[in-house]
Order: sequence, then C-alpha cells, then structure tokens
Amino acid sequence: MSERTRPAEQATDHEMGPPLLEVRDLKVTFAGRVGLGAGILGRKATQSRAVDGVSLQLRQGEVLALAGESGCGKTTTARAIMGLEPPREGQILFQGKKISKGLRAYRRKVQMIFQDPTGALNPRQTIYESVAEGLRIHRIHNGPNGETEQELVARALSRAGMRPPERFFLNYPHELSGGQRQRVVIAGALVLDPVMLVADEPVSNLDASVRGEILRLLLQIRDDLGLAILVVTHDLGLAWTIADRVAVMYLGRIVEIGPAEGVLTRPLHPYTKALLNVVPEAGGLDRPILTGEPPDPTRIPPGCRFHPRCPEVATGAARAAGVEEKCRGEDLGLMELRPGHFAACHLAAVTVGEGKEISTSQPQG
Amino acid sequence: MSLLSVRDLFVNYHTQGGPVPAVRGVNIEIAKGEVLGLAGESGCGKSTIAGALLRLLPRGTEVTGSILLNGEDVLGMRPGRLRAVRWTETSIVFQGAMHALNPVQRVGAQIEEAILIHHQAGEREAHVRVGGLLEQVGLAPRRIRDYPHELSGGQKQRVMIAMALACNPSLIIADEPTTALDVMVQAQVLKLLKELQRDLGLAMLFITHDLSVLVEVCDRLAIMYAGRIVEEGPAQSVFYESAHPYTRALADAFPTIGEGRFRKAPSGLPGDPPYPQDLPGGCTFHPRCPLAFEACPHIDPRLFDVSPGWRAACLLVDSAKPVLEGARTPESSR
Repeated sequence: MSERTRPAEQATDHEMGPPLLEVRDLKVTFAGRVGLGAGILGRKATQSRAVDGVSLQLRQGEVLALAGESGCGKTTTARAIMGLEPPREGQILFQGKKISKGLRAYRRKVQMIFQDPTGALNPRQTIYESVAEGLRIHRIHNGPNGETEQELVARALSRAGMRPPERFFLNYPHELSGGQRQRVVIAGALVLDPVMLVADEPVSNLDASVRGEILRLLLQIRDDLGLAILVVTHDLGLAWTIADRVAVMYLGRIVEIGPAEGVLTRPLHPYTKALLNVVPEAGGLDRPILTGEPPDPTRIPPGCRFHPRCPEVATGAARAAGVEEKCRGEDLGLMELRPGHFAACHLAAVTVGEGKEISTSQPQG
Repeated sequence: MSLLSVRDLFVNYHTQGGPVPAVRGVNIEIAKGEVLGLAGESGCGKSTIAGALLRLLPRGTEVTGSILLNGEDVLGMRPGRLRAVRWTETSIVFQGAMHALNPVQRVGAQIEEAILIHHQAGEREAHVRVGGLLEQVGLAPRRIRDYPHELSGGQKQRVMIAMALACNPSLIIADEPTTALDVMVQAQVLKLLKELQRDLGLAMLFITHDLSVLVEVCDRLAIMYAGRIVEEGPAQSVFYESAHPYTRALADAFPTIGEGRFRKAPSGLPGDPPYPQDLPGGCTFHPRCPLAFEACPHIDPRLFDVSPGWRAACLLVDSAKPVLEGARTPESSR
C-alpha cells in the first residue's frame, strides 16, 4: 500500500460539514437456499452476503448515485438505510444517531421513491389520499405554520410538478401517465418534509423522453429544499446527469467511490472501467466486454472479489505490476488514491501511487 | 429488390372503446444483410409492426397496406404458407426470454422442435444441429439437456437466439431483445447478435426504446412517434445530428458520459406520448415540441428529405418553404 492510501473511514477531514448519513461497514446477509441433497446430509444453509461491508457518507444537499449490476447489493444497501432490512453488522447513523433508535421519526425524515410508480400507488385511492397517507400515518394534522392537510398535499403536488394540484386531487392512478404517477409518488415523499430521499431506479420504468423531466425534478427539489438524495441505479449515464458523487458496487461492496467526474471519466477500478465500456454508444461493441456473470453472493471469491473476472489479472497487467498474488489472496478495502476518490484495487494502488494510471479506453475529461 | 418491403401499413386494433390506430401509414425497406433499428416509446406502434410482419396480431385487428417478404405478400398468404414462412424465412426474438421458453421441456428439445416441425432435418441430424447452434450462440453443448430454470437470463436469451437461427432465416425481428438484461449481459448479447448478423449475412429489424443500443448495432434507424415514422436515415446521422426535434430529445435521453452538456443537466420532454385514440391535430408531436411554431398545429408534415437517404417529418426540415425560414428559432439551427 502506498503512503498516500488510507482507510476510507478516516478520509472525511478535507470535506466540509458533518455527514447527514453515515453508513459504517454495513453487512446484510440472507439465508441461502439449502439444496435437497445438502438438506438430507444435514448441512446448514449457506449465507448469502448481499451487502458485505459497505461504508458511505451522504452530506446535506448532495446527490450520491449507487451504481452496479443487479445482484450487487445496491438495493439491499438502500433498503437497509431505510431500516427495511436489519443489518447483521455495522452501523447506520443519521444526523449522528443510530437509525434503529427512533425509527419512526427517522422514517419521516427519510423517504423512499421506488422504481415502479404503478405498483407504489394504491389503484383504489385517489391522488389526494395517496399523497395524504404519509401525513395520516405520522398523525400530522397541520403543517409547521398551521397549514391544513389539504394545503400540505397541494404544496407537495405542486412541488412535484403537478400543477394546478387541485385538478389532480380526485384522479385515480390509472387516469395518469407513468411520468405523472412518479410525480405523485415523489409528492407523497415530499409531503412529510424529508431531509433525505432514497430513490431506487426512479426512472427506469418510465419512457425515455419522460425520464429527463423526472430527473430534473429531483435536482430541482435538491436545489430548492436542500435535500440529500441517494439514487440507486444501474445506469451510469443517469449518474452523469444528476450525481455529485458516484459509488460503484460489486458483489456486496463499494469498489470505487468519488466525485462523478473522476469516477466516470477517469475510473480507477477495472470493474468501473468494464461497466463504462458497456454503456451503449456507436462502435462500443468493439470494446472489451467482461465475460460471464457476477458470482453468487454465497460464494464470494477470496482475495479481491473481482479477480476471477478482472481483465487486468487475465491480461497479465496485474502480474507485470507485481500485485497478482495480492489480487488472488488479499482482500482489500477502499483506498484514497486521489483526493476524495477511493478505489479497492491492488493494481490501482500501485500504479496511481507511482503516478501512472492503468490505461483506460474511456475518453478523458 | 428489398428483402422486406412494407408499404402504407395501417393497423387498427378494435377495442371496447372503439378502434385504436396503432400504426398510421408506415413504409419500411430492409435490404438483404441490412440492420434497421426501429425506435420509439411505449405505445408508438413499434411492437405492433413486429407483430404485423408475421401476422401475429390478435384476431380482428385490421391490417392494411402491403408487406412483401422476398416479393411475396404476407398479408395475402394462406395459413399453410404463413406457417412455413415463420421461422424459416423470418424469425422473432422477443423481450421476455424468461417467459418464452417452456419451463418443463429441456431447451435442446425446444430448439429441435422448431427444426423438426419445419422438416429442416431428420431427428438425428437435428440433434447435432442443436449442439452446433448452442455453440454458435456461446453456450456449452451440454446445455442441451438443461431446463430453462437452470439458465441465467442472458443464457436464456442466447437459447432464444439459437432458436431463431434454427431454420436459417434471412430476416430476424428482434423486439427489445436485451431490455430485461443487465448491462454487462446486454452488451454480451448485443455483440453476439451483431457478430451472427455479420457472419451469416442476416437482415435484422431491431426494435427497442433504447436509441443508444440501436446506434451500436444498426446500419439505419427509423424513429417512430404516435404510429408513424418521423425520421429515418443512416444510424449515426440520425443519432448524432437528428433532424427531427423528437429524435433529438430521445437521443439526449441517453447521455454520453464525459460530455459537458449532459453533466448535471438531465433533459427530457414536457408531457407524455399521446394516446393513439386521442392524437393531437397537425404534427402529432407539436404539443411537446420545443421548436413548435404557428403552422405546426395545423399541418401534418410528410417525410421531407434532409439529404439523400435521410428523411424527417418536420416542417423545419422542409427548407423549400421560405415562409418557415423566419419561423426558425435560434436553438433550431443546431
């Protein structure tokens, strides 16, 4: 490890302000399936390590994109942050306090937006009832300045771009388009005056031409209300259009995290590079594509968890740099290789430390 | 002569709420070995076209116009001839690879079935061929004995592709073939399709909402909006220098990472795609168009030439009309 590297947890001093949300070494496991044969032989179910040591921080007014392929643990991480998935290990601190204490108050401050607005709205409830539901659950009858429920609902709808809000009060979800439904879901989150939103693939179920407007709305909300937003997405292009920072997950861990410009245009981790290689683009199919699929989280490879698929190991670049042994045998955490830009890669630690970077096929800047 | 030639295709679905015009006058030409990408949002009629080409639409759907496949009129084919044409001349790869396979039959047997039904080979020969097909799509031949649940999503889609190739068609219709797949697997499947297309000289009609995928695999692109093609031309030109404002907006929905104009600037269109039963007058895109001017709500534009082989249905493209020159806004001269 070069002198410039240090564990991720200590690397906050150069940033301003305390984090709004801090996740420390979060682990979430699920009981794996027991095969029939194994069951008869009395073997125990293997643990599926869906989230296997995730640390991240989110500041007020910041948009962090959590990216990765399906099964990498990004949604489980988001659910654990929402208190929907009990962590096996690790801590989730919100405004300096553990979320497990005072979960109800926490859930008012942190709201989640799901992928499928049609599934998230009750088809038999009017738009007004859907948006007001959160207020009723939290027994909020009046706003801080004495607003009535109706005024709060109207304001939330209007902030979500449903104007004039009164026009939609008595509509049912089926009468709205997909984009409008997602706006209603967002209004339902905003009505509780949250300080943080967790958006799980907020636009992937929407038509392409509608997505931009919803993303723009999220940025608008951030600017107007100073909310922090954690966006879970598989789409790095989306991260480029809205995120301040990007975290890339692979097999239950964050393998790279840093400012969006750095992670997306000067990636350090070979997995991030591989993901960027498959963002569709003219002539993109001539770029190398990783073979195979991510391994099963019940059987996480030893050493660097990415090494069996790592192109740098396969092409001998890791060997040439003298780190192949480490790649195969030594598990590693995030290291700060550039200011605020962390990666968990033995090779990057060596090459960046020596002032040279792994070749990248991505356009620079 | 084109391999596929679609002229003046109209498709009306009949529903309880009255007729729904899903496709409203579409012309498509695909030459041998050519890949045409058909893009558009949900409800624009692109999957209806896929269904119409092989007459897979629900009974009672009204289809008019002409569909010539190798010069033969598909709409006039007798059922027996139609069955013979499906799979042997044109096959389809659907989006839902997960659901298109029979869960209680081995995948090898399912591919073999297509070969046997079309009398393409005897049982023993078919069996050998299935092994070869699996290899061709990058699966180990032992997978022949697997059931669908033993395969991952990407592997199932590979099986579907093997099945589509089983009877040596000259045209493959791929309807959202990678939409349900993960990004890495999507890239693998796209690369496979592109390689097979090149090696076997296949013609393809590639349908998806993801314009950035199409520009990777297609020679030409056709963009659909509200049941019509609004722009058509060489893939790169249509994607990078879109002549129609709708194409521009759709292309911008797939930002290029690293490009400054997309950074922290998501772009989209106001409103939503129109319902086919309730189309706006004039240019159907005008209520959402950032460049609309006085004439747009009144004139339904035909496809105007942008340059040879590249056409767009937008009054702004029709530079022959001097009256419109003054209507161009500064932004339109991109």
